[in-house]
Amino acid sequence: MMKWIFSGLIVASLVFGVGLGRMDAVSNAAITECGGAVKLAITLAGSMALWSGMMRIAQKAGITERLSRLFAPVVRVLFRGLPPESPAAQAMCLNISANLLGLGNAATPLGIAAMRQLDLLNRHSPEASNYMCMFVVLNTASLQVIPTTTALLRANAGSAAPMEIMPATWVASGASILSGILVAKLLEGRRGNTRQRRGRR
Amino acid sequence: MSFNDLIIPLVLCGILIYGIYRGVDVFDVFLDGAKEGLGTAVNILPSLVALMTCVGMFKASGALDLLVRLFNPIAKYLLLPGEVVPLAILRPISGSGAMVIFNDILATYGPDSFIGRVASVMEGSSETTFYTIAVYYGAVKVSKTRHTLPASLTADLVGFVMSAVMVRLIFGT
Repeated sequence: MMKWIFSGLIVASLVFGVGLGRMDAVSNAAITECGGAVKLAITLAGSMALWSGMMRIAQKAGITERLSRLFAPVVRVLFRGLPPESPAAQAMCLNISANLLGLGNAATPLGIAAMRQLDLLNRHSPEASNYMCMFVVLNTASLQVIPTTTALLRANAGSAAPMEIMPATWVASGASILSGILVAKLLEGRRGNTRQRRGRR
Repeated sequence: MSFNDLIIPLVLCGILIYGIYRGVDVFDVFLDGAKEGLGTAVNILPSLVALMTCVGMFKASGALDLLVRLFNPIAKYLLLPGEVVPLAILRPISGSGAMVIFNDILATYGPDSFIGRVASVMEGSSETTFYTIAVYYGAVKVSKTRHTLPASLTADLVGFVMSAVMVRLIFGT
């Protein structure tokens, strides 16, 4: 996918640059933009280091575990039939809490651990179970409470109040998550979560 | 002083105090985590170089303006400003690509403009959908993802539309 975007955009800029007579600007961009990428990465590095450091403290202090207990009721509703004390449910709760804290690096391994457990329940089928779909949909939505990177880029661009977008962000991601859950529930149909032996002779 | 100015110092204080209370060696643990965060920044640098170069060239050629104009009618229908459509398209596909476009929108229209705010809320309220699906299902070798993609993309679309709605409600146009 990315190889098409990367080469497509560059080919398109040649075509349009020639067509619109802007080749000087295109050529300039090709020379200077890569330096901008390094500047951007340096800007991001400080904030990423600060928040990873802080969140690592939160994790070590047991905040993730504490939060994850709060999600047991949510998991019970979204993953009906899955015992809340099962390893799958526990890994999912931890993953959700890590996502809320913006701990991307911790959330992914926890999420994969949860997927492995769900895969066992699904008898290693190549077809996703309802539980898996729901769980992945939750992870494709943003659960992060403090959008630190977004706020940093806003501050960097000279915003008078980089954090002012937060309430709007919460509502937008809340609506996004709810609609994802709703569509997943609507489309999951009557199929069970441990895979049925369809097509068996 | 507003709530917005309080939140980050409060979170930092809260984590540190709770960490000390729970007997965590907060400084050493911080250094560990911070090192990992720096690693993340270094890891995304190569894709930032690739994407800033191609997006920058695309923009300089005038093609981005044409694309925005092309999508304007559809965007209007979804209550979105046309200028954020490239961000909406790239957001589910590439995290660093979206970051590059987002940064460019902030530089072009200003972070406190209507377009800048809508882009900020979009960027802050969404995730790299395709990447997440690939990583999670890839880990367990599931190839039939069933309704995952339709549900995730609906969630993204609703999030984008709500971003514009909320910015209009809170800040006006």
